[in-house]
Amino acid sequence: MIRIQARTEPSSLMKVASPLLAILLTLIFGSILFSAIGKSPLQALQVLLIAPLADTYNIGEMFVKMGPLLLCAVGLSLCYRANMWNIGAEGQLLAGALGGSAMALYFIDSDSAIALPVTLLAGIASGMIWAAVPTFLKLRFNSNLILTTIMFNYIALYLLIWAVHGPLRDPQGFGFPESAMFTQATLLPTLFESSRIHLGIVFAILSGIIGWFILSKTHLGFQIRVFGADEPAARYAGFNSKKLSWLVMLFAGALAGLAGVSETTGPIGQLVPNVSPGYGYSAIIVAYLGRLHPIGAIIAAIFMAVIYMGGDLAQIEMGIPVAVVSMFQGVLLFFLLACDFFINNRLSFSNQATN
Amino acid sequence: MKTHNSISRLELANITKQYPGCLANDNVSLILMPGEIHALLGENGAGKSTLVKTIYGVVAPDKGDIIWDGKEVSIKSPSMARDLGIGMVFQHFSLFETLTVSENIELCLSKHQLNKIGDLAARITQLSTEYGLNVDPSRYIHSLSIGERQRVEIMRCLVQSVKLLILDEPTSVLTPQEVAGLFDVLRTLSKEGCSILFISHKLHEVTEICHKATILRGGKVVDTCIPNEETPATIAKMMVGDLAEQEAGYTKAEGKTVVFSVNNLSLPSKQPFGTTLKNINLDLKAGEILGIAGVAGNGQDELMAIISGEDTRNVKQTISLNNLDIGHLHAGERRKLGMAYVPEERLGRGAVPDMSLTENTLLTHSEGFIKNGLVQWQSIKDYTKDLITKYKIKCHGEFSEAKSLSGGNLQKFIMGREIGQNPKILICAHPTWGVDVGAALAIHQALLQLRDKGAAILLISEDIDELFLLADRMAAVCNGHLSPLVKTEHTNIDQIGQWMAGTFINNTSAHTQEQEAKA
Amino acid sequence: MDSDLIVQILFAAVKTGTPLLFIALGEVICEKSGILNLGQEGMMLMGAVVGFLAAYSTGNMGFGVLAAMLMGSIMSLIFAVLVLQLGANQVATGLALTIFGTGLSAFVGAGFVGQTIQGFPPIAIPFLSDIPYIGRILFSHDILVYFSFGMTAVLFYVVNKTRIGLTLKAVGENPNAANAIGIPVLKVRYLAIMFGGAMAGISGAYMSLVYTPMWVENMTAGRGWIALALVVFASWRIGRIMLGAYLFGLASIMHLVLQGMGWSISPNLLAMLPYVATVIVMVIISADHFKEKLLAPRSLGKPFDPRNMA
Repeated sequence: MIRIQARTEPSSLMKVASPLLAILLTLIFGSILFSAIGKSPLQALQVLLIAPLADTYNIGEMFVKMGPLLLCAVGLSLCYRANMWNIGAEGQLLAGALGGSAMALYFIDSDSAIALPVTLLAGIASGMIWAAVPTFLKLRFNSNLILTTIMFNYIALYLLIWAVHGPLRDPQGFGFPESAMFTQATLLPTLFESSRIHLGIVFAILSGIIGWFILSKTHLGFQIRVFGADEPAARYAGFNSKKLSWLVMLFAGALAGLAGVSETTGPIGQLVPNVSPGYGYSAIIVAYLGRLHPIGAIIAAIFMAVIYMGGDLAQIEMGIPVAVVSMFQGVLLFFLLACDFFINNRLSFSNQATN
Repeated sequence: MKTHNSISRLELANITKQYPGCLANDNVSLILMPGEIHALLGENGAGKSTLVKTIYGVVAPDKGDIIWDGKEVSIKSPSMARDLGIGMVFQHFSLFETLTVSENIELCLSKHQLNKIGDLAARITQLSTEYGLNVDPSRYIHSLSIGERQRVEIMRCLVQSVKLLILDEPTSVLTPQEVAGLFDVLRTLSKEGCSILFISHKLHEVTEICHKATILRGGKVVDTCIPNEETPATIAKMMVGDLAEQEAGYTKAEGKTVVFSVNNLSLPSKQPFGTTLKNINLDLKAGEILGIAGVAGNGQDELMAIISGEDTRNVKQTISLNNLDIGHLHAGERRKLGMAYVPEERLGRGAVPDMSLTENTLLTHSEGFIKNGLVQWQSIKDYTKDLITKYKIKCHGEFSEAKSLSGGNLQKFIMGREIGQNPKILICAHPTWGVDVGAALAIHQALLQLRDKGAAILLISEDIDELFLLADRMAAVCNGHLSPLVKTEHTNIDQIGQWMAGTFINNTSAHTQEQEAKA
Repeated sequence: MDSDLIVQILFAAVKTGTPLLFIALGEVICEKSGILNLGQEGMMLMGAVVGFLAAYSTGNMGFGVLAAMLMGSIMSLIFAVLVLQLGANQVATGLALTIFGTGLSAFVGAGFVGQTIQGFPPIAIPFLSDIPYIGRILFSHDILVYFSFGMTAVLFYVVNKTRIGLTLKAVGENPNAANAIGIPVLKVRYLAIMFGGAMAGISGAYMSLVYTPMWVENMTAGRGWIALALVVFASWRIGRIMLGAYLFGLASIMHLVLQGMGWSISPNLLAMLPYVATVIVMVIISADHFKEKLLAPRSLGKPFDPRNMA
């Protein structure tokens, strides 16, 4: 007879194993799904997982996708650690892209050395503003952060679409809803020849390290963790909840904004309506898969970037709709949450009869 | 009724229940006759609650038999227990605050029972008069006092014509006068043939009302007795074994200068259904313990939040520390001025359950452990190890998670952490609630030591005996009012009991004069 | 503006508000049991695509609606098992459900984008539809709108006047106490969550079978999220949810109104209106923290594990 038993101490092995188990289960689920729709599961997995890492160009593209995912996920990890349910990374990313692009277009005829830093700062500031408004509304008016940040995602999207149809549209662009291409002064330098890997990935990995440093080495990070783990204890200890909330939200907004401006000044090179294929939402999954730990997020972001690449390849090579990516993300999070159950519980196999 | 006397109402045989890491009930047997008032005694964690939940169908035993009116039964759910005629009054009430009395009672009744009763409100009113319970069916629970809520719980059982009524520490939430009223109801029920299982650890109550007693320790039945043939002291020895170290009286101290005061504090509660504080005045002197008695929910939580700084809505001048107005400072800032605080909830407030003891030390004790914003983890670790040794805290080590400690050990840790900051003022709420005798003794002595070093201690407790043992001056709260402060040797349990019931509210001035005359 | 235009606008507000009404009614029942399901958007999208597919392939609209409701319930069952059985965080699980539903619906519906079907025809209710103004605004709709009226009335009765409603409120206020007196807390919550799923499903079906009527990826455009705000706006009261749904419906068609008044604003800016309106409403409603605490189900979003009752 199999019974579920609560563990006396949470299992530290399962804390690490649970994400890996969840990934494995998601792959099994994927295989079954592909069989069900008449595709070869092995081929599908090859396309989804192996092909993205098969040659240097693809690996480069993988890093290009990893950058924004990681930037957003590090910020979200800190927010979620502090129990601030910021679902607005997508909107903050779009705001960063929009604000940064406006600045890049301002510098379009310039070759000034400050053009790029100022453009990046404009993107960061825009992301922070987009995070600041819901934070203010929560702290001042007690409005639900989840809902306001979601609404701000939609508002940012329509604002961006409006901008590329209107004020930021390329006058020579034959009416396409796109900005002009940015000039060299405002483009992020690439790291290698013949690859699109750009400075953004460096920002991302740095952000992960900074996030880790804050959480585990500083008093502020400790306060953030207490705040998320046990709010009454944080209030009892006298931690300043408003300060901490502002801090994590602005940090997340800045990183998401940086992700956005890095996309437009990096691989894209202009402002287009579909800057983000849902990076801000996927970053939620990345944050969870990385156990809300900034270093964990680095590993999780690699996996998520592979899935993104794989989704693109699967569409091109096998005609599988690209939506499969977000479906897998959802399934992955389901499995992760289910596996986490076994951190505090275990199965016991016993023949002991009751009564 | 007499003819049934030969058949027991309830018989438990070898009930065993294992929880992960804890054998809650170990072969417990017990017999209960009709009309018998039976005490179930034991320390916290002795397995009393698990046992009664087994009887009420909330917990399924791993082993053992339950025999009801001579027939073996398996009680799978509370509704099944109620169908048999078993009613239970919980320690933490199972009432719904946003519903009315009669809606609360309706939820416990089956359709069949409801049809039989017909007009529920009328039945409640009728029973209310019959037993002197004074329960109005149309009132919302949140508008009732704790004592009234308990009467609603009892009413809930009476409506179903109970044959066995289980009460889990019913008197811990009542004023002494309300306890007398409850006992009257219980005696009436007993005369009518209703059996009563009465959980308590207040021994004088047990000797007063119970016919028989079963004593549990560590999940096992260690003894049974007839309470009126015993004294509280002999029963206490059965409960705690040879460990019993009876605390004799401690010497009282005289406070020196006033270091902390609350002046004319009136404030509505932040929480819905909370208590509004009404014109509270209080002064705390260095080198004394000031005890505040009161039944839970009379404004203690609200007062604590204001004194500790978790609630800073009050105007600046209402709270002063060494003649400094601190009403606007939040908890962290007040800590820096030398205040420390031991809250009622240990786990989830006094300590973060999922964090190690080292991290929990840093929770409130950061002075000297932070350099340039960076945490000096190694020194905190060493300091925590010292705390563990000094206060004899049972745990695997400084890396143990707070939730893995027993209540008593966690309380010793929190107490040690707060005292370790050499506070000028210590606010301490229910320090020994749910703590075993050994730990309680250690905590009491730590408090007295701190007092003798010159700190001012504000002690809030529901346990009157503890307050009389420790406090140098006392007061009581009732419905957001604070009674006058008196020296402990100038008052007695009866007077504090009356104050807990609010008798001081309309003639505060008269009382104050009386006290001045005495002093 | 003439009265004819006003009637048209209000008619459209009712129609636009109907999917919001459905999904918010489901969510409020769920929340009253103490469960916050953020998967509304995902369940709604699945309802929309499955409803469309079922109706498209069988030609039977009623079948489409039933299939959508069933699909919504199945989706919510995933949520229920994770949250109730495995004690998963409600916020994270709800988000996962939305992400999953968004992807799965796009995946399943990929081959049907752009197909159209004949939606439910409007049915004017005899006599009632002849009432001046009101008749055209309220009683000249399709059958699903009338179903939403009926559903509102039934839920109003059940929640406020019956023992089922009492049980639901008890579970949402204090699951531990409810468990102690023998109310099957998990069962009540399972049912509430699955009812919420079914209502999200029908709400999606309304979008794909009546409102557009076609399937487009992400066609719900955040309505699942707006419904969550709507529940707060309505202070968890059934009657106010209906009113709120139509007000939100009105906000989403404001561009019609503004165009009617001769304004010309970029449609992309106007498209923000419902979201901006939602934020504003949330700010106004929640600003009274005390009142919200009083009205919200006490245990909303908090985990409950009956095994911890030792």
